[in-house]
Formats: sequence, C-alpha cells, structure tokens
Amino acid sequence: MRRNLALGILLAVLIALPAFCGNYALSVATLILYFAYTGQAWNVMMGFAGQLSLGHALYVGVGGYAAGALFFHWGIGPWAGLWVAMLLCVALGVVIGFLAFRFGISGVYFALLTIAFAEFTRIGFDHFDWLGGPGGMFLKVAQRDSWDLANFRGPPLMYYYAMLALTAGAFVLCFFLLKSRPGYYWQAIRENEEAAQALGINTFRWKMLAVALSAAMTSIAGVFFAFYYNNLFPEQVFSIGRSIEIILGPVIGGVGTLFGPILGAVALTVLSDGITEALAALGWEIPGIKQVFYGVVLLAVIMFLPNGIWPALARKLRL
Amino acid sequence: MSLEIRRLDKSFRGLKAVSHASFTVTEGDIVGLIGPNGAGKTTIFNMVAGVYAPDSGEIIFNQRKIQGLRPDQVCAAGIGRTFQIVKPFTGLSVVADAMKEEFLREKNTSSARALSISILDKLGLGAKRDLPASSLTLPDRKRLEVARALATRPRLLLLDEVMAGLRPTECDQMVEVLRELNRADGLTIVLIEHVMRAVMALARDIVVLHHGEVIARGTPAEVVRDPAVLECYLGEETEI
Repeated sequence: MRRNLALGILLAVLIALPAFCGNYALSVATLILYFAYTGQAWNVMMGFAGQLSLGHALYVGVGGYAAGALFFHWGIGPWAGLWVAMLLCVALGVVIGFLAFRFGISGVYFALLTIAFAEFTRIGFDHFDWLGGPGGMFLKVAQRDSWDLANFRGPPLMYYYAMLALTAGAFVLCFFLLKSRPGYYWQAIRENEEAAQALGINTFRWKMLAVALSAAMTSIAGVFFAFYYNNLFPEQVFSIGRSIEIILGPVIGGVGTLFGPILGAVALTVLSDGITEALAALGWEIPGIKQVFYGVVLLAVIMFLPNGIWPALARKLRL
Repeated sequence: MSLEIRRLDKSFRGLKAVSHASFTVTEGDIVGLIGPNGAGKTTIFNMVAGVYAPDSGEIIFNQRKIQGLRPDQVCAAGIGRTFQIVKPFTGLSVVADAMKEEFLREKNTSSARALSISILDKLGLGAKRDLPASSLTLPDRKRLEVARALATRPRLLLLDEVMAGLRPTECDQMVEVLRELNRADGLTIVLIEHVMRAVMALARDIVVLHHGEVIARGTPAEVVRDPAVLECYLGEETEI
C-alpha cells in the first residue's frame, strides 16, 4: 500500500513537473528519464536474466538510424519507423544471442561479443554514405512552437511526456514480468543456469527472449534519440562510452531491481550537473576536474553500496 | 518398466567413467546406487538427466529413448533431479526458489505459489519460506534441493547424496518424507547415497557400481553379503 501510494505521488509530480520548471530543467528531466528507460531495458537482460551486454548503444544507434533514415529519405514518420527499428534490433539481438548461446559463449566473453557487434557496426556506419557516413545524418530541425505528433516534432514538453510514458510503461512491463513466469525463469538462469536447466527450463529460449525484449525496448529509445537530437553520428551513437552510460544508471541504482535504473539515472544526472554547478560557483576552472569528482563519487558508491543504492535504501525505508 | 539403462558407456579423455552399465528400475520402486568414490554413479545420473550424452548405450524412460536429450527436455519428460553440490538460487527467497519449477506445470503465479508452499511444508521448510535461500543451513539447502526437484512433479526422482551432512535424526526425517512420497504418489526414486543407514532403510533394491561397472544387484540384505561388494566397498567387517 505504502509503495503504491509513493509511486502514485511520484507519477503525479512527474506529470505536473513541466508546469513548475523552465526549459533547461525540463531537458535535464528528459535526459534522466531517457537513462532510466534505457537502463530498465538493459536491466531485463543483465539484471533479470544475467546476460551482461556492454554494447547496448548498438540498439540505440540502429534503432535511431532506421527510423531516422526512413524519415530523412522518404518522409516516413517515426510511428511507422518505430516498428522497422524494433524489428531490426530484435533481429540483431537474436543473431548475437544465437551465436553466443548456441556456441556456449558466456560471462565476459558474451560481453566482449556485444562490444564487438557495437564496434563493427560503428565502423560499418562510418562507411555507409546513404546514412551520411562519418559526417552524420541530420533530420530537419523541429518547429519548437507547434505540435506535430504524426512526425514526432514539437516543443520540449512533448519529448518530456513521451519519455515519461516510455519510462512508466517499461516500469509496469518489468513489474509484471518479474511477478510472472518469465521473471522467475530468468532469475533462475541468472542464479544458476545448470540447475535451471535441470529443472526443466529451456535456457536457450528464455535467454534469447530476454535479449530480444531488451533490444526491442532499447531501439525505441534510439528512435526517440534520433527525433529529439535530430542528428546521428556513428562515432557518437555507437561509441562504447554510450553503452557504458546506459549501464551506469542500473549499476549505481541496483542491478536486477525495478527502481534501480530510475534511481541511478536520477543520481547520476543530478550528480553530473551538480558538480558542474558547484565548480562554476567555486570558480574552479581546472580541465578534467569534473570527471575526477564524478569518478570519485562512483567509486564511493561501489565501495560502500556494492549492490547499488536501491537495495540499501529499500532496507532503510522498510519497503 | 520405468527406467532402463542398457550398456551405457562414457569416457572422459580416455578415463572410462562408466562401462557397459545396465540396470532397470521398475515403476514405483526405490533403488539405491552405491559404490566407492569415482565408481561412476554421478556420471550415470548426469547421462540420465541429459547433462552428458553417453558414448554408447541406451537410456529408456517409459518406452522412450531419452539419451541425448537436453536437461530441460528430460525434466519435461518426467525426471527430476537434485545435485550433489547443492545449487540453490541464492539470491531468492525459499518460496521463490521452489516456485520456478512449479511453473513448468502450472500457468498461474498464485497456484504455483500455493503448490510450492505445500511441497515446502511437506519437507519441513514451510516456516522458512520467506528467508533468502542463501541463509539456509546445509541440511535445509538439501531439503530445498529435494523440494525443487519435486516441484517439477517428476515421475522419477534422481537424488544425488541428499543425506550427506545430515544428522541421523534429520536423515530419518528425510527417509520418512521420501518413503511417504513413494507410497502416496507412487514416485519412483533412484538415489546415490553413501549413508548406508538411509540406503538400507529406503531402498528395496541396490545396484553396486565399481570402476564404472555394475558388480552386484539385489536386495539390501543380499548386497551386504556379496563378497565382491564387501571387498571393494563395504569392507569385510561392516555391520549394518
């Protein structure tokens, strides 16, 4: 009961938020929700099913480029492009999953495989002139004052609500997944694959399902990314830094938990912006000092809260 | 005929773990599999359970060849197993741990939970169902292993040393639970066991393995008098 109430209040606050804050704060909030959503998508694979992906930027990039290209070349809007993006990303996820799970590549080697796919896609896209190559692909910049829902162009408010809907949807989806058969099966595979198989779980099929679902969810974030920023560069969207960004939220917040990715995204974005503000207030202009602080805080969290913030917080709040 | 093992062979890089092993287990029977360390008992279990494919030979369960099937397919065919080295899903609560298996037959979360709780109660874990599985003591983990295997609702249960590490009274409790399952539900049980107290109390038939071969088969009373068994395993002066 207490938890439902808290969730209701949180959702109400998030819906009402744009009324109280300016465009800058709204863009920060959109970014937080973006990382909460992608973190949740990644969490399906790693947190639930125990398959570590270090190349999730692959699905963001391919999803973004797919919907972006359809719009750029033929004017096909993102609502149609979304399905193409999801289909492509699921296909990619299935290929990676098949290669790994059929040939027994697991643990860190699986993680390496996901990095390899992201990296060679990045290099491939650098030579893909139809999509702009290394010079990037630019979508026509949105009219910020009118709502064009069909083509997903509009004011920051629209993007904020779109991201809020996605994040809330992913949360509800994961909540029900965890409470039902897939959640139990995935956790069994995560905890002990051999025992899970002996107890009748077709581990290959369920791992594939986790990868496909995670890829599909992440690709939607890619479509959002393309239409929010209006530009895509292979060097940026597929870089390993992007993959790490996706992971940091759930790792800091708590891998395998429902609230972890959301809490982690809030903590990291607030921390990053907070350090920038604090340094500006102090008047320090030492290059790289921000990254040093950021790294120190991350280290501290991992040292003192190795399971992430959420499990510790949940214990404190007795949820 | 429930389980039939025909001339099973398995080598690991030249080491012959099981050679020409054959035995049968009738439906509703309790059979003990005994023998010194390295006799090939667990290897036979792993072949039946689908972890390894045999090099040659056949495994027939209910008129169906099951050698070479994957572990989850063997489980779906009706064979449940426990592991010698317990493999609890440590991060989860006891009841969640047992529930996964129940999902194999039950579609619905709440009925799976109810059935899991009834199995946990049967094994004396009912009061501990909301604790994390990692907090259980070894005997409780062994019970959880059995509960998990039972939750798949097998017709044949393979138990790999579930008595090891249990105190005599706990061992007797487990024997009682297994005997009751056998009597009430007609569950066929094959158990690997070093605790002779349990084997003698439970098994109607005993198969003795040595160097991967079946060297004796019979009732507990016959087996303990078999000279070959005495020599390689029990020792001549053993009093049961």
